[in-house]
Amino acid sequence: MDPECSQLLPALCAVLADPRQPVADDTCLEKLLDWFKTITEAGSSLQLLQENPCLVELLCHVLKPQGLSARVLSFSLRLAGVFAAQESCFQYLQQAELLPGLFGEAGPLGQAAWSAPTVRSGWIQGLRSLAQHPSALPFLADCGTLDTIFSLQGDSSLFVASAAGQLLVHILGLSLQRPAEGPPSPQACDWPVCAQKIVGHIEGSLRSMATPQVTQALNVLTTTFGHCHGPWMQVLWERLSPLVACLLQEDPLPAAHSLVDLLLSVARSPVLSSSDCGLWETLAQTLRRLSPAQAGPLALGILKLQDCPQALRAQAFGVLLQPLACVLTAADQAPGPPGLPEGTTGDSVTVDTLLSSKSACAGLLCQTLAHLELLQPLPQRPSPWPQAPLLGAAVTILRFCNGSAAPASDVGGRLCAILAGCVRVQRAALDFLGALAQETGPQELVTQVSAVLLEYLRSPDSSPTVLKKAFQATLRWLLSSPRAPGCCDLDPDTQLFLRELLPVLRKRLCSPCWEVRDSGLEFLTQVTRHWGGQAGFRHALLASEVPELAEQLLRDPESYVRASAVTAVGQLSSQGLHATAASPEQLGGQKESLLAELLHVLSTDSEGFPRRAAMQVFTEWLRDRHADVAEDTERFVARVLQAASRDLDWEVRAQGLELALVFLAQTLGQPSARCPYAVAAPQATPPGPLAQALRALSRVRLFEFAFRALFDCDRPVAQKSCDLLLFLRAQATPSGGLQEAEGSPDVVPVEAALQRWRAGEQGEPLGDLEPEAVLAVLRSLDLEGLRGALAESSDHVEKSPQSLLQDMLATVGVRGENQADCY
Amino acid sequence: MKLYCLSGHPTLPCNVLKFKSTTIMLDCGLDMTSTLNFLPLPLVQSPRLSNLPGWSLKDGNAFLDKELKECSGHVFVDSVPEFCLPETELIDLSTVDVILISNYHCMMALPYITEHTGFTGTVYATEPTVQIGRLLMEELVNFIERVPKAQSASLWKNKDIQRNSGCSMEDGWECRDGGRKTRLLPSPLKDAVEVSTWRRCYTMQEVNSALSKIQLVGYSQKIELFGAVQVTPLSSGYALGSSNWIIQSHYEKVSYVSGSSLLTTHPQPMDQASLKNSDVLVLTGLTQIPTANPDGMVGEFCSNLALTVRNGGNVLVPCYPSGVIYDLLECLYQYIDSAGLSNIPFYFISPVANSSLEFSQIFAEWLCHNKQTKVYLPEPPFPHAELIQTNKLRHYPSIHGDFSNDFRQPCVVFTGHPSLRFGDVVHFMELWGKSSLNTVIFTEPDFSYLEALAPYQPLAMKCIYCPIDTRLNFIQVSKLLKEVQPLHVVCPEQYTQPPPAQSHRMDLMIDCQPPAMSYRRAEVLALPFKRLFEKIEIMPELADSLVPMEIKPGISLATVSAVLHTKDNKHVLQPPPRPAPPTSGKKRKRASEDIPDCKVLKPLLSGSIPVEQFVQTLEKHGFSDVKVEDTAKGHIVLLQEAETLIQIEEDSTHIICDNDEMLRVRLRDLVLKFLQKF
Repeated sequence: MDPECSQLLPALCAVLADPRQPVADDTCLEKLLDWFKTITEAGSSLQLLQENPCLVELLCHVLKPQGLSARVLSFSLRLAGVFAAQESCFQYLQQAELLPGLFGEAGPLGQAAWSAPTVRSGWIQGLRSLAQHPSALPFLADCGTLDTIFSLQGDSSLFVASAAGQLLVHILGLSLQRPAEGPPSPQACDWPVCAQKIVGHIEGSLRSMATPQVTQALNVLTTTFGHCHGPWMQVLWERLSPLVACLLQEDPLPAAHSLVDLLLSVARSPVLSSSDCGLWETLAQTLRRLSPAQAGPLALGILKLQDCPQALRAQAFGVLLQPLACVLTAADQAPGPPGLPEGTTGDSVTVDTLLSSKSACAGLLCQTLAHLELLQPLPQRPSPWPQAPLLGAAVTILRFCNGSAAPASDVGGRLCAILAGCVRVQRAALDFLGALAQETGPQELVTQVSAVLLEYLRSPDSSPTVLKKAFQATLRWLLSSPRAPGCCDLDPDTQLFLRELLPVLRKRLCSPCWEVRDSGLEFLTQVTRHWGGQAGFRHALLASEVPELAEQLLRDPESYVRASAVTAVGQLSSQGLHATAASPEQLGGQKESLLAELLHVLSTDSEGFPRRAAMQVFTEWLRDRHADVAEDTERFVARVLQAASRDLDWEVRAQGLELALVFLAQTLGQPSARCPYAVAAPQATPPGPLAQALRALSRVRLFEFAFRALFDCDRPVAQKSCDLLLFLRAQATPSGGLQEAEGSPDVVPVEAALQRWRAGEQGEPLGDLEPEAVLAVLRSLDLEGLRGALAESSDHVEKSPQSLLQDMLATVGVRGENQADCY
Repeated sequence: MKLYCLSGHPTLPCNVLKFKSTTIMLDCGLDMTSTLNFLPLPLVQSPRLSNLPGWSLKDGNAFLDKELKECSGHVFVDSVPEFCLPETELIDLSTVDVILISNYHCMMALPYITEHTGFTGTVYATEPTVQIGRLLMEELVNFIERVPKAQSASLWKNKDIQRNSGCSMEDGWECRDGGRKTRLLPSPLKDAVEVSTWRRCYTMQEVNSALSKIQLVGYSQKIELFGAVQVTPLSSGYALGSSNWIIQSHYEKVSYVSGSSLLTTHPQPMDQASLKNSDVLVLTGLTQIPTANPDGMVGEFCSNLALTVRNGGNVLVPCYPSGVIYDLLECLYQYIDSAGLSNIPFYFISPVANSSLEFSQIFAEWLCHNKQTKVYLPEPPFPHAELIQTNKLRHYPSIHGDFSNDFRQPCVVFTGHPSLRFGDVVHFMELWGKSSLNTVIFTEPDFSYLEALAPYQPLAMKCIYCPIDTRLNFIQVSKLLKEVQPLHVVCPEQYTQPPPAQSHRMDLMIDCQPPAMSYRRAEVLALPFKRLFEKIEIMPELADSLVPMEIKPGISLATVSAVLHTKDNKHVLQPPPRPAPPTSGKKRKRASEDIPDCKVLKPLLSGSIPVEQFVQTLEKHGFSDVKVEDTAKGHIVLLQEAETLIQIEEDSTHIICDNDEMLRVRLRDLVLKFLQKF
């Protein structure tokens, strides 16, 4: 600790110990604690305490019942824990009777302050910090501390309860960790006292069969098996697994969710899953025992395991597929749905769950669909993957939800009544259907998928969120559709689908609901990006009036829609699909008008989103050398940069720098494959073309834009500008270069302007800049230093421990003065 | 308590409730779907309609060809349109005491009832209901009277022809009846319901006379009917001034729910809480299109409107002059700018267009909270005021006059009648029907759009069906019933099964416990509860004289001697007149005859007899051969030797012995020991 801080510390400790001077700001105490942690990590805590006796005094003060504020009390407990984490310091505090005082019955535990959750939390965290060495164990075992922790597991504050559980896990791990002696014996009497007590408590809780206790015990075990990896884990599991097995006999099953978590945690633990300790049988039994909704997460967990017996995997997959099998049976009348793994028929328990209530039905189906969606892309997913029945199930669920399914049975009829109009299930099923587009299916089913997607896109009853999902799923299916063999264009089915889809899209773009217009535009952008080059798509789109509508939406009252319209129109234009591109005689004039329109958006739109979208479109156009841009690139860049430089939205300015960088790279002949930020090893640009290029940059006022951005009040903009200028400097002044050839240019006006901008003045354009002057300024600027400074967090200047201590004292001082004034 | 069901139309109900001593008609709906069987009434001479071929039978017999015309395979009656009235024969309508109206659509048959059945009672309705109802009737009368039709067809309604037509057959042209060919009407005329009750439209004079019988009421106002029942209108959230009704006596409550909505449109929200604890809930007027949600339909309406106008086409919206049109105009007000439709003119054509738009702005107290607060700003509650001000919306009484000067295309026209059989809409159908650029968008759910379009076939214009019905759907009904928990639900039979076209949709029917009782036209339902109690008031001075005796903790009894006075269905116990002081013998005698006997009689008994103890007591008193038998209602104690039996039941005890009065009195005294006297 530096001497300045040492000097301030006694005053601060006195303030903290004074109940009349409450500390208003929690964050100060947190920062103070962080600071002490860094100090103790770097050196001896004992020495720190000895050199700063005020700290021990502060801790002693806590022992006196003086009505210290809860936060100071909590802070002191945690501070004591931080110090006692070192064994020497622990002994020192033990001898001073401080630790038993703080953490034992005599401390806050017995005081009124204990009712504050923050004190209880501080107590736990203090113990958590000090429990780092074996000598802490007798302390924990002796003075009833463990019993308090046990009771805190059921604390009314969730944070305290959870921390208590974590602490037990930590203590158990610490006490059983005996690397030299090998695994502990299975006999409990040989275990350390702490471990005996904790395990005894867990056993007691498991035997109690009361849900809260069982949940607590299972949670502790789950964390233990998830975090600790000693050989003793196996011993522990062997000892406890009979009790867990007993739980499975109970009806109703207590704490089913926690039980699932525990079993999965055990199964994932490398120590246990490799050994044969009856785990797989327990898992299989649990799968049979749990209700369909509870079994889902367990089944998914089992299927995600790397090494697991095939039979168990098959059983788990069967459980996961149960609800979908029920749906298929309800719709199909067939005895068992074809294509599902054997034994997967809708059992009566699942059917009962599905029919019990609307929320239960929706919950189970959504969970199942989400689980299967998660499983689908995994390499360890079951094989063969029942793609066809899954597709069938998704389509059937969607049909039940929109009332178009013809149920074959009584169950189907009731399912239809429950699911009709259920938005939650619709969304989940559409998501799942989209995920299934990774692979195809039988043609008949694919046709059904297209039909049901069209139904949803067409239906006036589809809610905006459902519609968005329907658009997303449609896009995934469209993009996965196969190309006709021997031809690069779309296959006839897809073309047919498109012909039906585009009128729907057209209507959706006219929807009074802005979310619908927005998702319609997003869909249009995506599909155009992927298929802009396909003749079939181009033909259908241009005949559909959709491009005109998209352009109309540039003037939408809703800013999100305008932004999406800008992106969509930009994409259409990139692909030559812009509304007016169809009439070749008007080509020039009309195209200019789209550019003008987007520039208009950029310079006048009142909301940030459309302006950002416009900048992105412009950058993309420049990068792709869009025909409009290529006509007069310099004029284009100059106009965009001018508009961007005035923008109030920092993202627009940052995007402006992105565009400037693209232009820079193009002008200086940067090979596009290279990362523009890679400053090292620049290619030398020959001096003649370089001068020309620099003059071009000057003409579009790129330098002025970049220099202004360098002093931007928003850090990301300044950082980006810094990177850009560094890149420019490296590009333009490769060892030697221009400077010797030209002599010393006049840099005074530039530097004066930079000074003004740095001071925060914004006016006064720089005028035309001589490239040489720019290079000279670039060389003179400490860009690396600036970059370093910008990389620091914004409060780095003020973040010294000394200033923290001063701040805390100052606040108290001000308070004191105010109080004096009052008197 | 009985319910007479006079209409089979679930959303245009007409029921009569007999409750205590009152006869109450609930709504007075007029089924106008009958007009779909008639040819449209064109405002301007239509060569197409007047040149339609007459209909003749297969064998060439053309005796109906003056009355029936054929158009694209459909047959229509060429006559003044007629409406299907509620049943008038099921119950003598002159006995109806009051008519309760729930909304302006459900009062259209009122003139038929009040003017032609001997009705002498009162009609109750809210002010907006009456005013807008008047507008609807006025429009209807105007539409029909301004196109006088020389011909009035009646031959086709001839009973013989109708009866033979009832013979069900696939193609409907003829059937063999004992070897003889019987001439039949074509479908759908042969399926038409109750053709004999169809009547031509009423006159304005009848309308005025009917409306003069209405008494205005406000929400939650309690109206006493003859002291026997109290009726109260509650906000139903469906239309301006629309109400549900509570009909209650002291111990019974009947709720009448008709045309209610839980959506936040313009009217005041529905009052659900007051419907709780009903013995019977009569549920009518649910949405006619349970599968279409109004929000989605409004979206569909706007999108199609924009697409048509963008392509240079015109949009025709057949509609009523009040109701959903206010919401549509409000939606369009927000939508037209976003869709770039600011320059498109909107026309609203109806003889009552002006009144409707203006009335809507003055009924502030009947509007939803949002709109009410606007009035205090002050701003007009509906934004159509601004549309009118900025000339985006213009209204005209008819296509004649100013409209023809201002008319500009492409445009959007709102006009009536939604049946497409009369009103200015007929003209626009003829005018725009030939171009596929134009679109007709149906928003009113009352008429099948395909049937409405039938006489205009072949039709090139696009037809969009987006019915907007804000009334309760089945999910909302099921929530409502869970919330208000009536003991019994009564509803039209259509609501107790899924719609015929979607028989698998079990969710599209009322699902409640016990199952709803259903009714159909011309049925009389005995409502499933009995009246058990009647309230009687006790005059204060009489109450003062009572001496209650507590027989159990919390239960006290007292005997009352009083005169029961009943007047205006109210019952009051008054103190008995004091016995007159004895005067002359003759007079005294007469007085004693008049005055009820108010001597204190035998004491009253209460309590129950514990059989075991009773038997012990009997044995103590020397009865040795006591046997006890259990019966369904209690016990029989047998004294075999004495040939006597004591029947002990919950509310009576009988001692039966043969002429042994001594024994009877002995036993009676033993029984009395177990009972309290007061």
